[in-house]
Amino acid sequence: MTLKEIAEILDATIISDSDDLNVQIVNACSADMMSAVLYYHTPNSLLITGLTQPHVIRTAEIAGIKTIVFVLNKKPDALTIELARQKKIPLLSTPCCMYTASGRLFSAGLPGCLTK
Amino acid sequence: MALNITGNIDGIFQLIGGNFSTAGEASTQLKHKLAEIGVDEEIIRRATIATFEAEMNVIIYAAAGWLHYYITPESIKIRIEDMGPGIENIELAMQEGYSTAPEWVREMGWGAGMGLPNMKKNSDTFTVDSVVGEGTTVEMVINFP
Repeated sequence: MTLKEIAEILDATIISDSDDLNVQIVNACSADMMSAVLYYHTPNSLLITGLTQPHVIRTAEIAGIKTIVFVLNKKPDALTIELARQKKIPLLSTPCCMYTASGRLFSAGLPGCLTK
Repeated sequence: MALNITGNIDGIFQLIGGNFSTAGEASTQLKHKLAEIGVDEEIIRRATIATFEAEMNVIIYAAAGWLHYYITPESIKIRIEDMGPGIENIELAMQEGYSTAPEWVREMGWGAGMGLPNMKKNSDTFTVDSVVGEGTTVEMVINFP
């Protein structure tokens, strides 16, 4: 699934763009606990979270996560956006809650990081 | 795997407790260093996840700490020493989900009780020594294939 498709499905605003709107996201995880992201992630995935601090970007970089969606219309501060730009990690913000955002993407064919 | 490395590489990062704005910087620098010498992507991911968890523990719990790394053609060894409160019961701390983190740490997305298990999961050799009131030392080795 591409970044553009994800944005459409979630009615999301693109906060920080990517040079490659066609980057392929193969699965997703939804979490507010960063250790859970590091424990259960798979590479080339999407992170759906309610946290907006800079260390979320660093977690994503280390885990090989390609895109982050912030739920409930949350917007990160300038420092977080700048860090995401440096790390080339696009940021989206959706009005959906975490449950709905996950459900919409799953229904559209994007699987979770874990099969169970 | 042919690495672009002659001899050994070592270095040290100082970590400051409570400094969340730069938390993870040491781990990302280490990640780039490993990429530069041509380490396999999956090995880099394991090494940096283990390092990042250890780095975050220092930022969250300790006043300060040091992250040492030693890269040889065979492996990377990471040692993290901190001046923190120490771990009272290491066996308990190694259990997934066990955490002594205060609420403000959980609100920042940490303290799920996965840190030490995650370090162990991603290391080939893992040891943790701790003295209550003095600090903790974690040593991890990740072998190159």
